[in-house]
Amino acid sequence: MGCAVILFPVLPILFIFLFFLQNNSIKTSKYNFFTFLPLNLFEQFQRIANAYFLFLLILQLIPQISSLAWFTTVVPLVLVLAVSGVKDAIDDFNRHKSDKHVNNRPVQVLINGMLKDEKWMNVQVGDIIKLENNNFVTADLLLLSSSEPHSLTYIETAELDGETNLKVKQALTVTAELGEDLQKLTEFNGEVKCEAPNNKLDKFTGTLTLRGEKYALDNEKMLLRGCTIRNTEWCFGLVIYAGPDTKLMQNSGKTTFKRTSIDRLMNVLVLVIFAFLALMCLILAIGNGIWEYDKGYYFQVYLPWAEGVNSASYSGFLMFWSYVIILNTVVPISLYVSVEIIRLGNSFYIDWDRKMYYPLNDTPAQARTTTLNEELGQIKYIFSDKTGTLTQNIMCFNKCSINGKSYGMLSTCLILRKVDFSYNQLADPKFAFYDHSLVEAVKLSDVPTHRFFRLLSLCHTVMPEEKKEGNLVYQAQSPDEGALVTAARNFGFVFRARTPETITIVEMGETKIYKLLAILDFNNVRKRMSVIVRSPEGDLTLYCKGADTILYELLHSSCDTLKEETTEHLNEFAGEGLRTLVVAYKNLDEDYFQEWIRRHHEASTALEGREDKLSELYEEIEKDLMLLGATAIEDKLQDGVPQTIETLAKANIKIWVLTGDKQETAMNIGYSCNLLNDDMEDVFIIEGSTSDDVLNELRKKMKPDSFLDSDEINIQFEKSSKKPKIIPDEQANGVYGLVITGHSLAYALEGNLELELVRTACLCKVVICCRVTPLQKAQVVELVKKYKKAVTLAIGDGANDVSMIKTAHIGVGISGQEGMQAVLSSDFSFAQFRYLQRLLLVHGRWSYIRMCKFLKYFFYKNFAFTLVHFWYGFFSGFSAQTVYDEWFITLYNLVYTSLPVLGMSLFDQDVDDRWSMLFPQLYVPGQQNLYFNKTVFVKCMLQGIYSSLILFFIPYGAMYNTMRSDGKAIADYQSFALMAQTCLLIVVSVQIGLDTSYWTVVNQFFIWGSLSVYFAITFTMYSDGMYLIFTASFPFIGTARNTLSQPNVWLAIFLSITLCVLPVVGFRFLKAQLKPTPSDKIPSWQSQVPTRRLRRTSTRRSGYAFSHQHGFGALIMSGRNMRPKSPFATTGTFSPNSDKHKHKGL
Amino acid sequence: VNKQYSFPTQGGETRPSRCPDNSAFKQQKLPAWKPQLTIATVLPSFFLTGAFCLAVGVCLILVSACLFLSQIDYSDKCSDCSKLRENSSNWNKECYCSVNFTLKEDILGDVFMYYGLQNFYQNHRRYVISRSDAQLLGRNVNRSYCAPFTTYRNGTPMAPCGAIANSMFNDTIDLFYNLNSSAIQVPVLKTGNSWWTDKNVKFRNPKSYNLSSAFAGTARPPYWHKPVYLLDEEDERNNGYVNEDLIIWMRVSAFATFRNLYRRVKRIRQFADGLPAGNYTFRISYNFPVTKFKGRKHVILSTVVWSGGSNPFLGIAYVVSGTAATLTGFVITAIHLKLRKKKTYFQK
Repeated sequence: MGCAVILFPVLPILFIFLFFLQNNSIKTSKYNFFTFLPLNLFEQFQRIANAYFLFLLILQLIPQISSLAWFTTVVPLVLVLAVSGVKDAIDDFNRHKSDKHVNNRPVQVLINGMLKDEKWMNVQVGDIIKLENNNFVTADLLLLSSSEPHSLTYIETAELDGETNLKVKQALTVTAELGEDLQKLTEFNGEVKCEAPNNKLDKFTGTLTLRGEKYALDNEKMLLRGCTIRNTEWCFGLVIYAGPDTKLMQNSGKTTFKRTSIDRLMNVLVLVIFAFLALMCLILAIGNGIWEYDKGYYFQVYLPWAEGVNSASYSGFLMFWSYVIILNTVVPISLYVSVEIIRLGNSFYIDWDRKMYYPLNDTPAQARTTTLNEELGQIKYIFSDKTGTLTQNIMCFNKCSINGKSYGMLSTCLILRKVDFSYNQLADPKFAFYDHSLVEAVKLSDVPTHRFFRLLSLCHTVMPEEKKEGNLVYQAQSPDEGALVTAARNFGFVFRARTPETITIVEMGETKIYKLLAILDFNNVRKRMSVIVRSPEGDLTLYCKGADTILYELLHSSCDTLKEETTEHLNEFAGEGLRTLVVAYKNLDEDYFQEWIRRHHEASTALEGREDKLSELYEEIEKDLMLLGATAIEDKLQDGVPQTIETLAKANIKIWVLTGDKQETAMNIGYSCNLLNDDMEDVFIIEGSTSDDVLNELRKKMKPDSFLDSDEINIQFEKSSKKPKIIPDEQANGVYGLVITGHSLAYALEGNLELELVRTACLCKVVICCRVTPLQKAQVVELVKKYKKAVTLAIGDGANDVSMIKTAHIGVGISGQEGMQAVLSSDFSFAQFRYLQRLLLVHGRWSYIRMCKFLKYFFYKNFAFTLVHFWYGFFSGFSAQTVYDEWFITLYNLVYTSLPVLGMSLFDQDVDDRWSMLFPQLYVPGQQNLYFNKTVFVKCMLQGIYSSLILFFIPYGAMYNTMRSDGKAIADYQSFALMAQTCLLIVVSVQIGLDTSYWTVVNQFFIWGSLSVYFAITFTMYSDGMYLIFTASFPFIGTARNTLSQPNVWLAIFLSITLCVLPVVGFRFLKAQLKPTPSDKIPSWQSQVPTRRLRRTSTRRSGYAFSHQHGFGALIMSGRNMRPKSPFATTGTFSPNSDKHKHKGL
Repeated sequence: VNKQYSFPTQGGETRPSRCPDNSAFKQQKLPAWKPQLTIATVLPSFFLTGAFCLAVGVCLILVSACLFLSQIDYSDKCSDCSKLRENSSNWNKECYCSVNFTLKEDILGDVFMYYGLQNFYQNHRRYVISRSDAQLLGRNVNRSYCAPFTTYRNGTPMAPCGAIANSMFNDTIDLFYNLNSSAIQVPVLKTGNSWWTDKNVKFRNPKSYNLSSAFAGTARPPYWHKPVYLLDEEDERNNGYVNEDLIIWMRVSAFATFRNLYRRVKRIRQFADGLPAGNYTFRISYNFPVTKFKGRKHVILSTVVWSGGSNPFLGIAYVVSGTAATLTGFVITAIHLKLRKKKTYFQK
């Protein structure tokens, strides 16, 4: 069997051992069947709340302390543990399922000289595996051989870095010889030494020792997990890293448990409440000490001290713990469960939303994490990927200007009839064009038009693929090129095949073979490419396409008028956000060309300064060009992207685009989706390549004086260097945009520049970072998280976005695209960027408001509930006597009050979804954390204290020293308890009614139902039958009947309700009048429906639209990537004399 | 290639669409009532509540003005007896004490007689739980919550057990009407003073051929003078656990100061309309010591109205709340008008 020893430099023995064991399976699940119960319980009791209740339970088992029956704590605790346990079990089950799915993907492994189908998880380091076209790469492989010439393998790395253009990998010659020969592959016996697993996608170093000889290995020979094989029938690879060691998995970072800011606030508040609880218990304990000393000691005639208690202070000490038990309901255990349930419910709404369902690929939105919903209502920074997220990654040939005439209309006007290309059998049916005059021009054999399309079909580095006759597929390095060639194809200039020396074109149905004499390839400085071809008629022509700024310098002076017209068209195209190219040609003189090609050959074989010499030569020949026209390509944005961005910007959300693409493309998209526009004061571009340059660029940009030592923020920072620094929000003196390249970003992210980067960037309305690596994306997010107290959201679709998605507070994956990596690590996923506004402005906002309302109400109701015990302590000798029936205490949070508040937190809408989309400013209070913060909490607490005072003292006053209307005594403990609890329950029900602004049937049912259930349960529990069966448990027999029939009891209840609720009503009304929040203003806004119109008045010239890599030019001319025989196009049309030129480039 | 999503209806194979249901619930479009706090709802609620509270308050105050209430603190007046009771060794010595009072006018209607205790913490947790409901139901109980008054050292159980029963109020109060220098004992009713449920459901005597045999094997609580089956020797249905004095005492009070219904004046003969004006004497057999813990004892005569006994609290609270609500209503009106003026001013 294929045997390879893989060694790491460090700790070789250990690593060998480990890595031979290392298989390719991935495990993300936590439990199995047997470990679930103990592990899950252990985890649950690690939560401070659950541990606390366990502690309470233990306290309750001590007879001297126990002030409540055991069931008051056990029932809720068991319920809570059960609910969380079931949820964890379901989650883990799903993880098991998804692990199993990935681990069970099939792959062919070479075992004992045979190819066998294996599961992914059984692949081990050192295995040789065979991959076929369109397969996902199973693990990190060393490419051994492939079906293509020179063992080239084309891969798409969309899942890794988001780039969809093809990349070429090439095997070592020594391994390429192995070919498909299973025998040889089986005998392959080498030793690979490589670096320890790391997360660098673009680097790999290692050596292969084969038959005593060492060969260097680099990234060019590696196929990484996550890539997809394209255009390659098969290839063989040797597994180097498997499973969790693959670069993909190493890059995905650790899954950190995300918590929302409300979670963190809640934890702080719970601690505050604990402190408050301790204080109350302390007061009551001291009170008890004093009481026992002053009164209790003498009252021992009738009530001797409990066994073991011999002093008032000891009694006080015991009472402290008794009160801890009684007052524990200020932090009810049901809080955490209810919060989880609410989040779960609100997540389901996201899954169910038809307005976030994308019918084209049948993808509904999905809330993958169900614990972050309310955070969606607080987003302040959005970090977005570009390709596949903002754009569809589809290039569309939309317009062109030929010889001073502009053709084409934007595809957005769908009423137009598509141009019929049926005259052309080779046309691509997916191509759409809407201007019939262009077809007319082509059909009329208009010379410039023909020349224009001929140029497009000749001047490129696209590779054709024709598996079936007539079914052409183009493999382009950049989608732009593909779009241009496809356009030419449809208009009747079909690029059919290429050899190193020829290009076959079907021109209006007639096959012509052009001799390809030279490709003057693209690079970043030249920003243009040219080809020199000889037509079948023998004419020598140079065709050139490139960025307008560059090409205009090279034009012949006779084109000046045409230049002006074309410029006008170019401006028009660019204004629409299209990516433009200018095309030109030049007829060459035979003698001159022969001389030039000789020099070219010399230069290209020169050993020194080859590049410089070549570019000089290129410049020499690319001049005095004749202008032909211009093309305009639409980098198709996803639907509704500009509108979404506009809406989000109105909601005060800052959008940063982080893309691996090059600067021009990124800025182009920035303009076309309205991120950047001409209304901006300035767009700063930072592209310094040293740390100092970047610093200077950053400093001079904005508020230059803010970087002086005298600036207050700087001073503040120097003072408190140890504390976590939070930069306050600053106001810029205008609207700015910032564009920064990955190279500069690397410097800017270094320690001392960080701060300045953040400050400058946050002053800008829009930040675009281009050419950034996945890690840098995460670093940028981390940076903002570190210095800004703001909630961040990252959205992306590729594996290159995974780290950023995981780093941000909320990660959103665009699903339905090719890769699933982003979705798998995201918290929310949907198919289109535009759904983001609904996710945030509607679902996020509602979730946030619901959660805040819930917390406010929940704390209120429990304060009101619990503090009554505190007041009663002063009247009952601080003896930890409860005010209510024990059953009421048990059921209050679980039954009587849980459903109405759940109903509110699942159904409440202060304004409906339409209005929250129309008025994005409604989103702002969430960002500022206005609806639930410490102040709000203190207010709830005060309201709770006030209510508890009313709830205790009104029944007290009403009962004190009085009697019933039939003369019998009324002030007995049980009647008082019933009265207090009835008051309490009605008051909190009215309060929830006040808080509910959207009364659905369910709310009505819950609120009225809870009240009815309270009375029903009370009457049942206080009935004769229950007493006779469970004498000890239900001692309140008859209380309900006897007490609730008394008019003064109801008068007291009514008074308590009035006094608790009416001030709240007045306060809320006046607050809405005097200090209205945005949602209070909605009624007045509803009269003035805003008119929405999107302006796109950019006059900016868009840049040259090419991928940022070198083209395939060299590869084409070398002929290395040509198959020996192209099945269709070359046969018959191949001119025999072309053989002469063979191997010229080699 | 493993592509998770495909077109729903391609290639003949129809997968169920993953499009969410278009139900009002799932789309959060449930029809709903959306109440809002507007001036049109807030103002009426304040004024109406205010008016209602004022009306109820005035009504309550007027009604309670017709009430008669006379409360006499006899803990001082019977200081000799209290001193005697301070020493527990005198427990079997009887001690009587009389308290005189005068009614200036006739009291018409039902007159109720209460005893009141002050500073007696019947609501102390350990006191409240120190009872056995099962025992009081006439059941045989082995396990009980009666600590520390469960059994005697020799193992004899107490009947009834617990601190509540043990501390039962055992003064006897008789009311005499001094008419023409002869004292007529005012006839009183001992029964019908407790809740029907207590008397008939919550308290039952153990079943046996007679009461004393039913309580055989048990002993009276330490502070009691006589066993439970001798609480009322005249009335079989008011004896043992169903004795109403016991029942009323066992219904512990919510506060340390409380009154319990002791007797009702039986409306016969000259007391058919109530108590006529004149001089009266309470004759009290003083058994219940309270001085040790600074407690006080009262005897109270009172009539009732529909809203219960005399208690000015509710009436006053209603009047105050009603006034406050009405005033707030005016304040809100003022603020609203001012704001509206401002708004229209700006709009111009």
